[in-house]
Amino acid sequence: MSQTEDRAHADVAPGDEYAHEEFGSGLRSYLIGLGLALLLTAASFWVAQTKVMWAPAIPVALLTFAIAQMGVHLVFFLHLTSGPDNTNNIMALAFGVLIVFLLFGGSVWIMHHMNTNMMAPVEGGVRMPMQQGVPLQPQPGMPMQHGGGGHH
Amino acid sequence: MSNSAAIPGSLPGVVPIRRDPNHLGHHAAGEGESHAPGRGTGGPAPKRIVVAYGFWIFLLSDIVMFAAFFAAFAVLRGGTAGGPGGAELFDITNVAVETVLLLFSSFACGVATLALNARRAFAFQAAMAVTFLLGAGFLALELREFTDLVARDAGPTRSAFLSAFFTVVGCHGLHVTAGLLWLLTMMAQVFAKGFRQDILRRVMCFSLFWHALDIVWVAVFTVVYLMGSAA
Repeated sequence: MSQTEDRAHADVAPGDEYAHEEFGSGLRSYLIGLGLALLLTAASFWVAQTKVMWAPAIPVALLTFAIAQMGVHLVFFLHLTSGPDNTNNIMALAFGVLIVFLLFGGSVWIMHHMNTNMMAPVEGGVRMPMQQGVPLQPQPGMPMQHGGGGHH
Repeated sequence: MSNSAAIPGSLPGVVPIRRDPNHLGHHAAGEGESHAPGRGTGGPAPKRIVVAYGFWIFLLSDIVMFAAFFAAFAVLRGGTAGGPGGAELFDITNVAVETVLLLFSSFACGVATLALNARRAFAFQAAMAVTFLLGAGFLALELREFTDLVARDAGPTRSAFLSAFFTVVGCHGLHVTAGLLWLLTMMAQVFAKGFRQDILRRVMCFSLFWHALDIVWVAVFTVVYLMGSAA
């Protein structure tokens, strides 16, 4: 019983491609992946530097391009498919993606709320040093009031 | 054995690929026990699949570790402690060159895998050499950037932002360094021992590792450099 006959049942190792094992046809998949990845990379760098786009949309566009490019890598370089012979690989990947989103999204979400809700109750813009662009040292012109957590 | 369960009334020789797509295989429609390796009476899965799947799990756990570093960077991004931020430190052109080098390196690694499967020794060694040179070029640019930052008093001890930056980018760089050593080992082993099954499995794991590093780099240049210098 060769593995070829048993496609309907057997698995494929991650990274292995089933149908294109010859040099020429396999190369095609890598070339398509390379082209798409270059395109998405160029789009990312263009979006990051352009003045044409509405600024708040830029991070969203960057994340979209990044996720798309990861998908391109997974499909054309790592040869993941939705086929039955890839079920185990996809399930493991899905679990990994779940953990990554919980870890990254959860951290950013929670810390954002900490930053906005636990700021010092002080007027005049004295903020926690976690906030961007606020120097640790008191500014000469800034009235220093010591409220709740406003010590620096 | 050949096609175990043909759909009644179908042409002889047509393989019912979609009959039981997820191998739940419990008799009802007459499919019976699977004779495929790795399931039921088929015996254990081939070692190539076991090894690659185990390495796949390792890579996913490695990516979870990177996710923790990325989360730290995203949270500490604003904590510059009065020091320089991403917009004034990062050289986006340099990052673009690094990205292209690593992408072509990943492509060359794929070509090496194809050459290996076709048992073309010279094409394999040549593609691996190209993979190495592109990867080494990436690493050289990254080291130059790091030494430049340290020289500008923007080392990892300067602020929480820079600590997080050096951790996530440096960790990726360490992976690339380890990958380059692994790459040379694979070239030597294929040269010395030929296309043995265990060597083929090692090269397969290496190529998974190298492609995964490129996927992590996509997150690095997006989250760290592009989003980090925009704010």
